[in-house]
Amino acid sequence: MKYAEEFRDPKAAKGLLAQIAQVIDELGATKEKPVHIMEICGGHTHAIFRYGLDKLTPEGLEFIHGPGCPVCVLPMSRVDECVELAERPEVIFTTFGDAMRVPGTKKSLLQAKAEGADIRMVYSPLDALELARRNPDREVVFFGLGFETTTPSTALSIQQAASEEMANFSVFCNHITVPPPIKALLDDPHMILDGFVGPGHVSMVIGVEPYRFIARDYGKPIVVAGFEPIDLLQSVLMVLEQMRDGRAEVENQYSRVVQDDGNPVSIAACDDVYEPRPTFEWRGLGEIDSSGLRIREKYVAFDAETKFSIGYGKGAPRFVPEPEGCACGDVMTGRLKPIQCPQFGKGCTPEMPLGALMVSSEGACAAYYQYGGVDLEPAE
Amino acid sequence: MCLGIPGQIVEISSAEKKLAIADVSGVRREVNVACIAGDAPVEDLIGAWALIHVGFAMSLINEEEAAKTMDVLKMLGEAQEEIEAMRASQREMDRAS
Repeated sequence: MKYAEEFRDPKAAKGLLAQIAQVIDELGATKEKPVHIMEICGGHTHAIFRYGLDKLTPEGLEFIHGPGCPVCVLPMSRVDECVELAERPEVIFTTFGDAMRVPGTKKSLLQAKAEGADIRMVYSPLDALELARRNPDREVVFFGLGFETTTPSTALSIQQAASEEMANFSVFCNHITVPPPIKALLDDPHMILDGFVGPGHVSMVIGVEPYRFIARDYGKPIVVAGFEPIDLLQSVLMVLEQMRDGRAEVENQYSRVVQDDGNPVSIAACDDVYEPRPTFEWRGLGEIDSSGLRIREKYVAFDAETKFSIGYGKGAPRFVPEPEGCACGDVMTGRLKPIQCPQFGKGCTPEMPLGALMVSSEGACAAYYQYGGVDLEPAE
Repeated sequence: MCLGIPGQIVEISSAEKKLAIADVSGVRREVNVACIAGDAPVEDLIGAWALIHVGFAMSLINEEEAAKTMDVLKMLGEAQEEIEAMRASQREMDRAS
């Protein structure tokens, strides 16, 4: 147990691992016929690899790494549109740093910045608002990116911009939501999933109710989990116990942070500012119904799609196929493991990512590359 | 971006806009506290610990949970990234266009 000493409470970890092995046995799961548990959140993916949980748990348990890294599911066409906006002379384009290295069809935002586009990496939409106040003669566009952990911050910032009647601030809204892709994955006949470890911080915002359909309609267990390795092991055990007992429920392991009904202020702000799009494109997964958010008509003055006639605001979005040889879609749906992708560690590395799963530390491929301990062939 | 970072509210900068100064591992930055303020006066938040996501305090946590979360984030390298992002953002705001 190479990583066990890094656990805050190694004794508890060993106890949980023994219990997991016991229930895996009771379920009759083996290396050949494993139980498949998907962790949805990219932060969980990162923690699973960092702490080696995939290696510490028995062979009869397999983690499938879900589409929970917002940077990784960002289609190339959206990146192209960001570059297009950023290259307009009047625009200061503001974005979280995570999005800078995602490849577009021609270039990334990082490359556009090097070529002279005014792109600022901001920590918060609050900083984008402040940039707009300080630069009244420029158009400040904030790239709204992320799941329900960041949707409220963008919504509250738009409300703030409205209350100040700011004329030079808008949001290129590419926010997405967690439950619809889970439904899409469960509807995929090729997908074999036995249960879910639910995202912690997303659930802090939306509560646990939005996951009810997973248990009710699909008969699968889901346990909302914290980020410590002990939290993750405990949540995996709770999923396995539900399976063993023939239950399918929504359970909350992370109740010290996650309230069952979420954060009411965040939910109200999001309801006020956004409405679901009919469909939205996910890299590797295609179009998913009601999975993206757009800015409501009452805040149209702050909607960069309308202001600059771009993206979904322009009509049909531009679909761009994945680069040759990129298997991100198959990895994301669990059909391939990261190392089974022919480009893994060769044409695609964290330094020179081909596919998005290699870009962010929360992407399954980058995590595998960093912590997977596989022997890699040298790059050609 | 997705994982929050724990910080302690040390000062209220605008009660009207629900803005406060949080101390995140020794780095002070302005955060929005609308999501944790509730109906009580915002001044009551001084001294409280919160999980902060991209400049917005999203959930109140106790000091022990804050310390445990910070440990995990440091182990994942996310704490260092987040704090550097805060510093870099300040530089970007100060940069003349």
